Amino acid sequence: MSDIVLKTENLTKHYGGVHALQEANFELRKGEHVAIMGDNGAGKSTFVRQITGVEQRTDGKIWFDGKEVNFAGPIEAREAGIETVFQNLALADDLDVPSNLFLGREKVLFNLGPFSILDRKAMRKATEAALVRTAVKIPNLSSTIRHMSGGQRQCVAIARTATFASKLIIMDEPTAALGVQETAQVENIIRTLKENGEPLILISHNMRQVFDLVDRIVVFRRGRIVANLLKQDTDGNDIVAYITGAKTGQAELQAA
Amino acid sequence: MAQTSHGVGGLTYDAKKRAWPAEFNVFLALVILVVIFELIGRVFLGDSFLFNTRENVSGIFNEARLQIIILQVSIVGIIAIGVTQVIISGGIDLSSGSIVGATAMIAMSFAQVATVNGNPNPKAMFLAQGWTDLPVIVPLLVAIACGLVAGLVNGALIAYTRIPPFIATLGMMVTARGIAKWWSKGQPISFPTDSFAAIGKGLMPVIIFISLAILFQLILSYTRYGKHCYAIGSNEDAARMSGIKIANHKVLVYVIAGILASIAAVVLSSKNLTAQAGMGVMYELDAIAMAVIGGVSLSGGRGSIIGTVIGSLIFGVIISGFTFLRLDAYYQEMVKGVIIVGAVVLDQWRQRRRAIGA
Repeated sequence: MSDIVLKTENLTKHYGGVHALQEANFELRKGEHVAIMGDNGAGKSTFVRQITGVEQRTDGKIWFDGKEVNFAGPIEAREAGIETVFQNLALADDLDVPSNLFLGREKVLFNLGPFSILDRKAMRKATEAALVRTAVKIPNLSSTIRHMSGGQRQCVAIARTATFASKLIIMDEPTAALGVQETAQVENIIRTLKENGEPLILISHNMRQVFDLVDRIVVFRRGRIVANLLKQDTDGNDIVAYITGAKTGQAELQAA
Repeated sequence: MAQTSHGVGGLTYDAKKRAWPAEFNVFLALVILVVIFELIGRVFLGDSFLFNTRENVSGIFNEARLQIIILQVSIVGIIAIGVTQVIISGGIDLSSGSIVGATAMIAMSFAQVATVNGNPNPKAMFLAQGWTDLPVIVPLLVAIACGLVAGLVNGALIAYTRIPPFIATLGMMVTARGIAKWWSKGQPISFPTDSFAAIGKGLMPVIIFISLAILFQLILSYTRYGKHCYAIGSNEDAARMSGIKIANHKVLVYVIAGILASIAAVVLSSKNLTAQAGMGVMYELDAIAMAVIGGVSLSGGRGSIIGTVIGSLIFGVIISGFTFLRLDAYYQEMVKGVIIVGAVVLDQWRQRRRAIGA
């Protein structure tokens, strides 16, 4: 029990009459990388939104880091140690890389309330360290996000989540809008996170990517978890069968 | 082979290809403007705009003109400092000119002498209460309180009722002008104490303007407040997701803008030795224009106090240049309008160019 980072029990979300998520039971262990797959509207993003406090669940329980939690909002979830890389990147375009990494939690030299003097050197150093740790490549730390490619932006967003010794990182389709090389760079960062033992939930449509990166695959279909398979016990065709509903998986899940 | 510097992760970049700071372009515009006036002056008037041509005065430059250029923009410049941080954080403040009017009236009525030429001061509103010949700190604190209250109302409206800054500050613009007229039933208030009159004497407005400009440039560059101004103006959602308390920050931004407008009111009424209800009309637009000319983007997130200061100098050079060319004040206003629109068009164009990755 102690090595379980995140656990949900009967997690349910209804939007009016739409049952977007029903009785989702999910577990994530320390250092484990899990992929969430499923068709559009299968409940993947809904599931993540309940965990990160962006929305309030209709029913069910969530344990994080050994405690039962009820996050009122995403900021509370973040303070508890859940870092999310959103599809629409939460970066300030006109700020440079260190400023974005430390946005909202700046290091200060002198504490003068809102007029606290920033410790720019320390933030720059910590940024360099974080980028090295996550193997992110950024040519110039001082250039603003506006001047960066989509891949570089995504790397900065990921580096930000990895900077703050988070206990869980969630990535919602981190490579959806990226080119081949940029995708490779993001995947390398994810491998680095794996080596560092940082747990991760990856939402992705990319079968190759999922089989390359994660330990376990969870498939959502019509608001329910229909499969929960270790990578070595399955293959692409099997997963597609679960996603499309050719295989229902109720039998396996009940057996488990 | 281009000279390269090392970035993180073994990547290299060409340090020479880094974009110039936007302030450099603004400064270049200022220089070009001065050169144009100088050339026109030499060719058509046989006189110099910038240099000293009189025998009886020493010095290389026409120091009197340079003083006038900076003196006439320094009071609006103080307002423009506040407006700059408002625009950087994604807002706009149309109320600063009216805050100047209201604050000037109220503060001046607490800065009155008891007797004028041996007679009781006819303008002193609080003569009966004995509130005359007060130490200068009293009207100063009254002024700052006026600016603070106005800014607090602006900020609270914008942060908590979520109405657009344009509307909230437009309301304050009309209301504060009303207060300025109501305070003394439209009568001007004169006869300030010597200590109050000293605040705006001689080059004091310039000194106050430059000091405040330096202070706020440091605040914007080196403090958490400054960083959050840029972050909120750049991407408010990202700032909120990062845990920045947007509402509190916005209130503070407008409070600071209000206080700077009230400081401008003190300097202005002190310099003129009188306060009138019509003081500061259109100052808000001049201040916004200075910021925009100085490279502050109306869509937020970009700009600096240095830029605004150079923008204010451009403003001063244009006004002085027109006087130098003996053109009527009417033309000044027409050209001012063109320049404001031109600066915004330039900003839009710059953004579009950036958006396509040029």
